[in-house]
Amino acid sequence: MYPGIPEKQGLYDPQFEHDSCGVGFIVDMHGRKSHTIVRNALQVLINLEHRGAKGCEVNTGDGAGITMQVPDKFLRAEAQKLGITLPEVGRYGVGMVFLPRDPQSRLLCEELFASAATRSGQKVLGWRDVPTDNSQIGNSAKAVEPVFRQVFVEAAPNVNRVAFEQKLYLIRRRAENAVAASKIKDANYFYLSSLSCNTIVYKGMLSAEQMDTYFPDLKNPQIESALAVVHQRFSTNTFPSWPLAHPFRYVSHNGEINTLRGNINWMKARERQFKSDIYGEDVKDLLPVLNEAGSDSAILDNALEMLVMCGRSLPHAVMMLIPEAWDGHLTMTDDKKAFYEYHSCLMEPWDGPASIVFTDGHRIGAVLDRNGLRPSRYYVLKDDTVVMASEVGVLDVEPQDIVMKGRLQPGKIFLIDTEQGRIIDDAELKKKIAAEKPYRAWLSQHMIRIADLPPARQLPEPDHETVLLRQQMFGYTHEDLKILMAPMARAGEEAIGSMGTDTPLAVLSDRAPSLFSYFKQMFAQVTNPPLDAIREELVTSMSTALGPERNLLKVEPQSCRMIKILSPVMDNSDLARLKEIQREGFKTVTLSMTYRVSEGGAGLRRAMAHLCKEADDAIRDGATILILSDRSANWQMAPIPSLLATSGVHHHLVREGTRTKATMIVETGEAREVHHYCLLIGYGASAINPYLAFETLDDMIRQDMLLIEYRKAINYYIKAVNKGVLKVMSKMGISTLQSYRGAQIFEAIGLNQEFVNTYFTNTPSRISGVGIDEIAEEVAARHGHAYPERPVLTPELDWGGQYQWRAEGEYHMYNPETIHRLQYSTRTNNYRIFKEYTALMDSTSQKLCTLRGLLEFKYADQPVPLDEIESVESIMKRFATGAMSFGSISKEAHETLAIAMNRIGGKSNTGEGGEDPARFVPDANGDRRSSAIKQVASGRFGVTSQYLVSAQELQIKMAQGAKPGEGGQLPGHKVDSVIARVRHSTPGVGLISPPPHHDIYSIEDLAQLIYDLKNSNPRARISVKLVSEVGVGTIAAGVAKAHADVVLISGDSGGTGASPVTSIKHAGIPWELGLAETHQVLVMNDLRSRIVVQTDGQLKTGRDVMVAALLGGEEFGFATSALVVTGCIMMRVCHLNTCPVGVATQDPLLRAKFTGKPEHVVNYFRMIAEEVREWMSKLGFRSVNEMIGRMDRLDIKKAVDHWKAKKLDLSPMLQMPKVPSTVGTRKMQEQDHGLAKALDNSLIELAKDSLESRRSTEIYLPIRNANRTVGTMLGAEVTRRFGGEGLPHDTIRISFKGSAGQSFGAFVPNGISMTLEGDANDYFGKGLSGGRLVVFPPAKASFNAEENIIVGNVALYGATGGEAFIRGVGGERFAVRNSGATAVVEGVGDHGCEYMTRGLVVVIGRTGRNFAAGMSGGVAYVLDEEGDFDQRCNFEMVDVESFADAAEEKSVHNLIERHAKLTGSARATRILKDWNLYGDKFRKIMPLEYRRVLEAAAAKASAGIQAGH
Amino acid sequence: MGNPQGFIEFARITPERRPVTERIHDWNEVYKEFPEDQLKVQASRCMDCGIPFCNQGCPLGNIIPDWNDLVYRGRWSEAIKRLHATNNFPEFTGRVCPAPCEGSCVLGINSDPVTIKQVEVTIIEEAFKNGWVMPAPPKIRTGKKVAVIGSGPAGLAAAAQLNHAGHWVSVFERADRIGGLLRYGIPEFKMEKSILDRRLEIMSTEGIAFQTNANVGVNVSVDVLRQTFDAIVLAGGATLPRDLPIPGRDLDGIHFAMDYLPLQNKRCEGDAIPDEQFITAKDKRVVIIGGGDTGADCLGTAHRQGATSVVQFELLPKPPKDRAYDNPWPNWPNIFRTSSAHEEGGEREYSVLTKSFTGENGKVKQLHAVQVEFVDEGGRKVMKEVPGSGFTLEADLVLLAMGFLGPERKGMLDQLGVAINERGNVITNEEKMTSVPGIFAAGDMARGQSLVVWAIREGRQAARFIDKYLMGSTDLP
Repeated sequence: MYPGIPEKQGLYDPQFEHDSCGVGFIVDMHGRKSHTIVRNALQVLINLEHRGAKGCEVNTGDGAGITMQVPDKFLRAEAQKLGITLPEVGRYGVGMVFLPRDPQSRLLCEELFASAATRSGQKVLGWRDVPTDNSQIGNSAKAVEPVFRQVFVEAAPNVNRVAFEQKLYLIRRRAENAVAASKIKDANYFYLSSLSCNTIVYKGMLSAEQMDTYFPDLKNPQIESALAVVHQRFSTNTFPSWPLAHPFRYVSHNGEINTLRGNINWMKARERQFKSDIYGEDVKDLLPVLNEAGSDSAILDNALEMLVMCGRSLPHAVMMLIPEAWDGHLTMTDDKKAFYEYHSCLMEPWDGPASIVFTDGHRIGAVLDRNGLRPSRYYVLKDDTVVMASEVGVLDVEPQDIVMKGRLQPGKIFLIDTEQGRIIDDAELKKKIAAEKPYRAWLSQHMIRIADLPPARQLPEPDHETVLLRQQMFGYTHEDLKILMAPMARAGEEAIGSMGTDTPLAVLSDRAPSLFSYFKQMFAQVTNPPLDAIREELVTSMSTALGPERNLLKVEPQSCRMIKILSPVMDNSDLARLKEIQREGFKTVTLSMTYRVSEGGAGLRRAMAHLCKEADDAIRDGATILILSDRSANWQMAPIPSLLATSGVHHHLVREGTRTKATMIVETGEAREVHHYCLLIGYGASAINPYLAFETLDDMIRQDMLLIEYRKAINYYIKAVNKGVLKVMSKMGISTLQSYRGAQIFEAIGLNQEFVNTYFTNTPSRISGVGIDEIAEEVAARHGHAYPERPVLTPELDWGGQYQWRAEGEYHMYNPETIHRLQYSTRTNNYRIFKEYTALMDSTSQKLCTLRGLLEFKYADQPVPLDEIESVESIMKRFATGAMSFGSISKEAHETLAIAMNRIGGKSNTGEGGEDPARFVPDANGDRRSSAIKQVASGRFGVTSQYLVSAQELQIKMAQGAKPGEGGQLPGHKVDSVIARVRHSTPGVGLISPPPHHDIYSIEDLAQLIYDLKNSNPRARISVKLVSEVGVGTIAAGVAKAHADVVLISGDSGGTGASPVTSIKHAGIPWELGLAETHQVLVMNDLRSRIVVQTDGQLKTGRDVMVAALLGGEEFGFATSALVVTGCIMMRVCHLNTCPVGVATQDPLLRAKFTGKPEHVVNYFRMIAEEVREWMSKLGFRSVNEMIGRMDRLDIKKAVDHWKAKKLDLSPMLQMPKVPSTVGTRKMQEQDHGLAKALDNSLIELAKDSLESRRSTEIYLPIRNANRTVGTMLGAEVTRRFGGEGLPHDTIRISFKGSAGQSFGAFVPNGISMTLEGDANDYFGKGLSGGRLVVFPPAKASFNAEENIIVGNVALYGATGGEAFIRGVGGERFAVRNSGATAVVEGVGDHGCEYMTRGLVVVIGRTGRNFAAGMSGGVAYVLDEEGDFDQRCNFEMVDVESFADAAEEKSVHNLIERHAKLTGSARATRILKDWNLYGDKFRKIMPLEYRRVLEAAAAKASAGIQAGH
Repeated sequence: MGNPQGFIEFARITPERRPVTERIHDWNEVYKEFPEDQLKVQASRCMDCGIPFCNQGCPLGNIIPDWNDLVYRGRWSEAIKRLHATNNFPEFTGRVCPAPCEGSCVLGINSDPVTIKQVEVTIIEEAFKNGWVMPAPPKIRTGKKVAVIGSGPAGLAAAAQLNHAGHWVSVFERADRIGGLLRYGIPEFKMEKSILDRRLEIMSTEGIAFQTNANVGVNVSVDVLRQTFDAIVLAGGATLPRDLPIPGRDLDGIHFAMDYLPLQNKRCEGDAIPDEQFITAKDKRVVIIGGGDTGADCLGTAHRQGATSVVQFELLPKPPKDRAYDNPWPNWPNIFRTSSAHEEGGEREYSVLTKSFTGENGKVKQLHAVQVEFVDEGGRKVMKEVPGSGFTLEADLVLLAMGFLGPERKGMLDQLGVAINERGNVITNEEKMTSVPGIFAAGDMARGQSLVVWAIREGRQAARFIDKYLMGSTDLP
């Protein structure tokens, strides 16, 4: 671990640190070196400053750095001063070395370096002290500041430049390994940011503007380079770490590698097979290739470097690591596809959002991940300089000097070769690389599809007599059949459920839960986005190849000797084919995963060891496919849990270094639900044959439980599994199965360290728990169910009771007893019954349903008298109700909660469905139906300027407890006309909100949205809702640094109106863990005092509130319990619209049955607060503030006699970080949102006349990229004064010149018109709310507007009204979720008009791929000049047609006319002129459902007219 | 769930009763058959709740939503499996249970509950009709022997379960026929006795030994029992009737309901009972004291016997038509109900306290009573007579149906020496064992008078713990 990063402690684990950033480069295409390049690069860095962050100290940046060519002139002069004469360029390497401050240690490190150089046949010429000036840097950075020295290494005479660079790599690895192995004090300071004859990296724990003061070298005019890469870091923590600043040796990375754990494991497995022509025997000294102490970016850099040093070209290596989405690509050339397919046999993609800049000193380039989830824009200038950065406007450039403006595209490489002096186009580059070897021919020769194998002679016979027996042995329940499997087999979809889970964690359950249930799915939030696997399927792939991997370093045809399968779920006949395979290079061995059940845990342990040994033997004997099978289980031999066997063998083989020699396939009766498949794959299986699941389906068909033909059922089931697994993968932002395999994106709850270390190495499991003995006992229980010693009665499957309460089933916190008492007590305001309710709840909680149940309070010696304790009224202000949208619940229920919370001074939450403006007006009796918290979720439904302005708190929903990593869904039958109006959508059409916020792909994006929302309503506090998972504390620290006022930590058990059952059950973890971790990490970072911490997720009683407060929560959310108070009886049919008590339904008949009253809710919260006071009295607290974060007043329950629960160790939850007493432990200071510096302050001043007297105003101002969210605060003023209608059109007219920062014109309402001469960054017109935006290139610009990018990605996201005229091309996801704006644009990137529900978009140019995905309303017109639009349109929900009539054509014509007028568009003028030619080429994109609704409305209207006659 | 909209689309319909004019002339069951297609529609009203309160409301934990769904889909043979898994005798409960499940049905919050009881009885009748209810003797015999004392629903349930577990079970019944209250307490028109016989035959075939006229502690020695059997279940019921010790109580023509009802049942069974031993309501003015189910049974019986008039007294006030404020769902709804017997005639008087009987020639002729009211006194409801409300009623036959005080202590219980609580019931621990090791108790004998469905549950629980006691572990539910 590098200095500065704390050790793992409490719930904090440094491996979950994240970072993100701004990145950029400048290059002179012809390789002309100059100091200007370096200066400009540093200027770019300063202009990207807002993308970075600072910690608790304003003067400690998160890290900044620069890579450039070896500045020979400068170094030569400096070296000369030291008496060193450098050889000519290329004959010497320079290392930038971080060293310990202790001179002795430093010397020892230098010696080890020198001997590494000598061993590698090269010579150290000497060392130079790098001058540094740390006078401006913060104390925490200073505390771990290394000593910087440069080392010069001379090339031996016989090595050429390429070979020398390879030697330098070897030297570095040898030196690093030697220092790591040494006992040198502070050895962890030793780090080489670069050692190369081509490039050098200056970096440190600095902010952008500190760069050249800290490193005076950089100011020296002799420092010259033809290229420079700069990077500004935003890390989630405040811990200073100098080495983790970017750039790394080859790459700078803005993004996140989601599959890192798997990539590391696979690399470890592979490196043992390395044989290198270049390094020969020395190759072993390069190992381990990856330095696990590094960040994901650093590790990616390690991998890339190794591939390049071992002989692949830089772009080739980049293509291997970050391949574009080729699998389902319709138009990709075959050569390129073959290249990718061949290389997929060597290595899985390193998957995740990424904008990567790479350079080797001659070539510089950048690549985006397959999803294009990071912005990257570039200018090509007349002097052949290219400037690329996360934003435009980072360097002042005159418009006339620009030749071209472009953006990086998903999966595309942008490369400049300074030796060739030109930009090498992606297509040309890849064509050349793909043609280097006859990949297609190799594939044809060696790769086969499984269907090409001869059919097996023997297929296992289904055995119906024993199906029940085996179902029992594998722990099947009736619910598995009815609730999980039937819907999969019937419709190819995973079942949808609703409301949260309230059953015990596996480790607390007495019902022999399967090992699978001990694992929780992790998911992406904030630092990386989840994927939208449904709407953006084209980037995903579920195919995989079976067979042994060969030497990664060698290019040989046999590397692709593999069997390709399209799905990881294998039917019986395919498995049989594999078992009988007779083909060169393949040998299948089946290993039995069973053990003698009577031997218990010891037997299971032995069986695992034996299985591993058998796997070793098989591999030694040439096996290339290992099948782990539990088919042979019987009355004596129980199945080893398939997950244990799979992961245990996988990790064993990784450790042995033989893992890649064979593929692992699991033949098991156990796997049946999506979560099972995810785990088996996530821990190394390539394919699964769930034979018993198939037989179960067959049996269900025989019993008429499924009315479908067998083959169909199987196919549907497999389809559902694939979709389900893909969804789980995409929750983590992983798009290919290959990368997901072995990535172990799970957290274990309740497994002990020894067990996890042995069989699930590196899986987080923080509160210890059971081990192999208990797991064996649970296997035995299931086995005993199937084979009882004394058969009693007719054998029957267990009821289950996980999804629906059953008297004899699993425990549920909500059960008839508790629900009844809760409803009765709150309706009658009966505190005695209420205490019965809480006693029942708390005891159920203690009866092992929750972690908080396992904690107890440390009471005060002397209780405080009740009358000295904070009042009920004051406590209630800390209460909120959860986010439940109007749509998911009825108007009655929604308003009841709002009125109640307003009465008690608490806060209700709109959820993500907007709010009817009628509710902004108080009722006659003084009640307010407007929710204090207005949620902003990925769907942005109803997020208008008025909505924002009327909030007290704006909550950004990053995730939801019941389904973290997924978007919401509101089924069509719940979208009535009112809801459609509030949400700006179409009645009857289901609404899906995207899994990611399309304006949050990283932490700095979140900071931007926080800034946007603060501008949209400076009086509201901004809250960010996260869901508990390992590492959430780290994310919360990032959120605090991004200036949120509140962070909400939700538990995994929160409710939902509709969600796949796998998410309800298996994703996320309890709030207790997340909250405790958050508090600990925030305190460690001294960020806790800047932010309010709120928690929710099945809080039900006063005791729950107490535990939450002591763990660090300041405010408390209740959702399910509040709903139950209003009448919910946990029907769990919210998604069916049939709620019989009128809570979660829009059916007017059922809504009429709603009986909840605000009084009941008020009673509930009063009683909760009263109960809290009683507890406070016992604990000796007078105010809530005193008890926040007092983990020391919680104790681990002593008398836990439960056989599993007693193995848990909750002490990490209660461990307070050791910090000085000055560090605040609750919210004490306000965040500095930086609004004072906003341009809008001037706008508001200048528009005073309009604001005060509606007079019109004209304003002219320059603008630059640091001016972000321009127009929004002004807009908020307009809305505040004039309401939702704003001002008359064009009242405030503003003209800007320059490059606008992000979120230009966000949420601007009616009456404001903004014209921009220049260009704009991402999120142009976000949430546009009635205003008008016009953008066009400067008059002086010489480039062709219609071919150049002018606005960034995700323009007009969630716009609800207004107009935008854009002269030029927009980026990816143009008008995503548009629900009312009208726009004209001259071209768009991928995923245009995605999820649109209303509004009008005219594209008079080319579109990217996947246009109109998920578009359910509104209309788009695309000018399809080449007639190939169909290839790029997603037809799932839309039809493409022509103008219906002349009137329609005329309206589009008029709009283009306005576009021409407002923007001066040459293209529009041309089109209008030749309308006869162009008019016919317009394609109209019409959502099918939208048309249906329009037609129905038209029919109704005409019927009405006729009836009127 | 087959039809998520079922409860919205369809109203509750229960089976029709035969016309009063017809049914009071026979002893057959009063309900007409319910058409299968209608029943399926009724089953589809089940909402398959996330929390099926019925499952909790049912003392047996019947998994009602599951079999409602199976019935809706016509899967009768699976439905009976699912039903039998929790209930040994759905044909009894389907007829005589007051159906607390329906009281707690979620649909009942704001609508009429699902006709659960009708679904239940139909499932079991379909099963009998189709020959799916077959004797299933255990595959393995443990060699252990268990005596069950009492053959009411608790004893029978215990016997059935213990036999399934492989133990040899002998049932001892002091009456001349097996069945206890089911046999002699419940009138034929509520449950024809062939229903009981049908089940008993299966149980005998499965290996259970039934001994009638075996009065433990009288003609069966307690010591012999203890030596012969590895465990004993006491399921003798709560047979001590509550008396009304007021002036005139010793007049002729005043009988306990449980002296009255069995005689008619025996006649229905074809026993020749001499008239002088028989109690009949024929041509009599009948007064029934007690407003509960037994009172209603007396009512129906009296009408069929040809009573001139029947009046039923209840001490408590008339219950409301709908749930009272303090009687919320899902509690048992304490509302005014009209049973089939009430439909057939007679009058119900509420808030009546009987003060004395007077008669002629030692035979009761009048009954003197007073109206009462319940007044709140410091949170407690206290009964007060309404001044001046006294009245007299002519009565030739008075039937006392005021409930039961507990088991008879004399004889068996005394001889076994099991501990008795202050309410007169046999004390058991949470595993149903009495104070004497190896002796268990179930049903009314342990819990006091209650419903058939509770008795079955008690019997099943006792069986489970006996199995565990005998074998060290148990798989019985």
